[in-house]
Amino acid sequence: MNKRIVALTINGVDVQRKVASRMLLTDFIRDELKLTGTNVGCEHGVCGACTILLNGESVRSCLMLAVQADGYEIETVESLQNDNGTLNTLQQSFKDCHGLQCGFCTPGFLMTVTSFLKENEDPTEEEIREAISGNLCRCTGYANIVKSVQRTVQSQRTSKSLTEPVCHTDHKQNETVQIS
Amino acid sequence: MSKFVGQSVKRKEDLRLLTGTGKFVADLRMENMLEAAFLRSTYGHARIKGIETDAAKSLEGVYAVITSNDIEGEIKPLKQFDSHCILPPNLIEEIDPVINYNFEDVLAKRKVTYAGQPVAVVVAKNRYIAEDALALLKVEYEPLEALVNPFEAEKGDAPIIQEHMESNIQSHFLVQVGDVDKAIEEADYVLKKRLRTPRLSSNPMETRGVLANYDAVTGKFRVWSSTQLPYEVRSTIASLLEIPEESIHVTAPEVGGGFGPKGGVHPEEILIPYLSRMLGRPVRWIEDRIEHLAAARQSRDQIHDVEVSYKKDGTITGIKDDFIVDSGAVNYFALTCAYNTAYHLRGMYKIPSYQSKCRVILTNKTPNVPFRGAGRPEATFVMDRVIDMIARNLAMDPVDVMKKNMIQAEEMPYDQGILVKDGAQLIYDSGNYPDALDKVLEATNYKGFRKKQQQLKEAGKYVGIGISSFIEGTGSGPFESALVKIDLTGHVTAHLGSSPQGQGHETVFSQICADDLGVTPDQVTVVVGDTGVLPIGAGTYASRSAVNAGSAIHEASQKLQRKVLEIAGMLLDNEVEMLNIENGTIYAHDNPEMKLTFVDIANAARPSKSSKLPEGMEPGLQVLHYFVPPTVTFASSIHVAQVEVDKETGFVDIQDYSVVHDCGTVINPMIVEGQVQGGIAQGIGSALYEEVVHDKNGQVLTGSYMDYLIPTSMEVPTVKMVHQEYPSTRNPMGIKGVGEGGAISPPAAIANAVVDALTPLSIEITKVPVSPGYLRELIKEAERV
Ligand code: FES
Ligand code: FES
Repeated sequence: MNKRIVALTINGVDVQRKVASRMLLTDFIRDELKLTGTNVGCEHGVCGACTILLNGESVRSCLMLAVQADGYEIETVESLQNDNGTLNTLQQSFKDCHGLQCGFCTPGFLMTVTSFLKENEDPTEEEIREAISGNLCRCTGYANIVKSVQRTVQSQRTSKSLTEPVCHTDHKQNETVQIS
Repeated sequence: MSKFVGQSVKRKEDLRLLTGTGKFVADLRMENMLEAAFLRSTYGHARIKGIETDAAKSLEGVYAVITSNDIEGEIKPLKQFDSHCILPPNLIEEIDPVINYNFEDVLAKRKVTYAGQPVAVVVAKNRYIAEDALALLKVEYEPLEALVNPFEAEKGDAPIIQEHMESNIQSHFLVQVGDVDKAIEEADYVLKKRLRTPRLSSNPMETRGVLANYDAVTGKFRVWSSTQLPYEVRSTIASLLEIPEESIHVTAPEVGGGFGPKGGVHPEEILIPYLSRMLGRPVRWIEDRIEHLAAARQSRDQIHDVEVSYKKDGTITGIKDDFIVDSGAVNYFALTCAYNTAYHLRGMYKIPSYQSKCRVILTNKTPNVPFRGAGRPEATFVMDRVIDMIARNLAMDPVDVMKKNMIQAEEMPYDQGILVKDGAQLIYDSGNYPDALDKVLEATNYKGFRKKQQQLKEAGKYVGIGISSFIEGTGSGPFESALVKIDLTGHVTAHLGSSPQGQGHETVFSQICADDLGVTPDQVTVVVGDTGVLPIGAGTYASRSAVNAGSAIHEASQKLQRKVLEIAGMLLDNEVEMLNIENGTIYAHDNPEMKLTFVDIANAARPSKSSKLPEGMEPGLQVLHYFVPPTVTFASSIHVAQVEVDKETGFVDIQDYSVVHDCGTVINPMIVEGQVQGGIAQGIGSALYEEVVHDKNGQVLTGSYMDYLIPTSMEVPTVKMVHQEYPSTRNPMGIKGVGEGGAISPPAAIANAVVDALTPLSIEITKVPVSPGYLRELIKEAERV
């Protein structure tokens, strides 16, 4: 089998591996590097579950070979937490706004949005919807994902944690309760 | 006293899912693990003349190549899932059903009956090599006539798909109340239509997958499957491999969506454990999306011929429905979807005469199983298109036709005069439908819309509004189990027989348990999805978990609380009625300084000579409860869609979507709203985009996400929701199910809105999806007239 050396940086760590030239980048990340947070939903470039950052830009890792990533810097969902292990603002917003149900699509959305918010710090709802339109979610119906992104923006703008709920439609029982 | 039930408690599940540390089946690896890949039929219907396996077998890294010959006599065929299919005697008497035995070999034997059917399996060092080996397999097929049209398939001279049967009509029944023929004879008007709902693919974002490891020393199987029903997987492996259930331990790890088709058991879930035993190594198979779109079971696919009698004022006097379910090559669920359709069709309406006649027909397509809504979206599409058509025939507003026929609040509980599938009388237990209608019309500003609509139309904008309503029998039995225990550290653990695919079981059930035991949800660990922790369980399907598992954990927790208090009463020398539990401590009202904790109680209850228990009490702090619902409980909802149609292209844009719904007592509003919004997104998919299409040879034409269109964030609006809370009368907490509801009404609501948008041009939508192509055809036809 045709093998080649791949050397890249993943989540800040330099790695080097000898892999089959035909190995998909997704499989390289998941099977060789054991970072299984990046998911595979379609393997044909439509669902976005496998989205990672390649030199800061979001790409679909199922459409690339590992050898094509040689020399690049990669970030995956495992890189998002704060250094002290807490959720970063985006992740926390997904939790606060119930932006995930089964969570399978979530890493892909998180990576897409991470790169999007670097380009556009103050997006409109329409721009958010457009930015995530390449990621499929079969559970949430997207509304709470959009709200999660809006809350992240709001949070980052005020740069302090928020108390007023912006996440849910008005409902008499809608005070959110933090339990963990 | 509820402190946590009714609150939007944030989910315990989220931390691991947001950090990429949650483990789906594809994330699990074992040492020495091999990977499997399946060769699938490329024909809809064909004889297998031979399979050439030598080249594949000799490929380096290949451990096994298995066809049906290799497992002859070792694995019994899959057949209908009896736990969902057995009908009670009174229902049998009432509907006179015929259900023919049908089955599927786990690997096709002698012939294939649908494209995508497993024909052979390769096990190799990794998936890449396994797929290389698949390419080396050569199957010689002799094509047979493929039956893709159920009307052709049911003809007497059609080739028989399941060869032991006499025809392709797998089952049928008839249910009736009143005198529909008389109603039709006496009617002012009769409407006659053929309406259809498409074949759908459920498409959870996580495909299916199984990992199995057989331990030769203990003779036990360890199986991880992306399933909704770990207990059903266990019992099916046991019966097909003829081994005791006790030797199989099934876990549903994180499951990335289910929606129905991950209930039941697929051939791969039997073969992978078998291969692990054969090879003495762990074996894993992960379905890819292309396999999913062809081979994972599909749903809906009904055709209804209805005759409806009605009066000049819009009163509907009778419905005669003759419908077929295109079941694909095997019917695994007997009358589940079909009878759901029949008993739900009249929805919120009182229609005194009703007859529903059904045939379930086998064709050369992937087997048809329940998918979110399970027969109800089909029924609702028929009923609500009919309401809309009648309104247009009578030049009435559809809302007025709805009101004319709607069950009134004071008529509840309402008896529809036929039986539920479990044999109980079909009686809606609680709800207020006219109030629901008022509420949703207000939310969508119906009057305002109607006013502005005329102007917009004059300005060349085709805007319309459409309504659909439904009732849903939720929380079906047979039962659910819960075990609640307090350990020596005072921590509470609850085990449930029903496991989630994104519904947040760990959170919502800890809320119930916390309230009952006087602790906080984070003091309760909920463990689900594992046959190792509870002897029996049912699972997640049919909007049943909140109702059944919720009631089971509630009852178990209450019993445990009673036990804790009785022990505390003895230790504190006080009456149980005087005691309070708060934050895990127990004290008497009249002596709050004397406190006990769960640790004290757990120690007192520990089985030993020195346990301190009231006379006759069993030691230990654990309670197992099986909740058995008397019958289903009726949730209800009304949806209103506002759309704009681009008449030139046939594109439909949803501009507003409003919903009112009643799911009884709400445990967690945040999660309920998420379920409703998510269900509606799937409903929008089937209203406008989704359909599995087969060509005349039974080939799947929608084999990738280029052709099978899942709605994105651009197509799904944020839904406006209004809540009603009419508690169920059929379980102790008043819960009704909510998981499926959202998906039921969008096809009808959106189709009605599209018709309304194009009026006065008279188009008649009789099927979904309302794709641009279909709509353009209807427009052109209407313009020609
Ligand atoms: S898995 Fe890469 S886009 Fe779907
Ligand atoms: S949360 Fe399940 S697919 Fe998005």
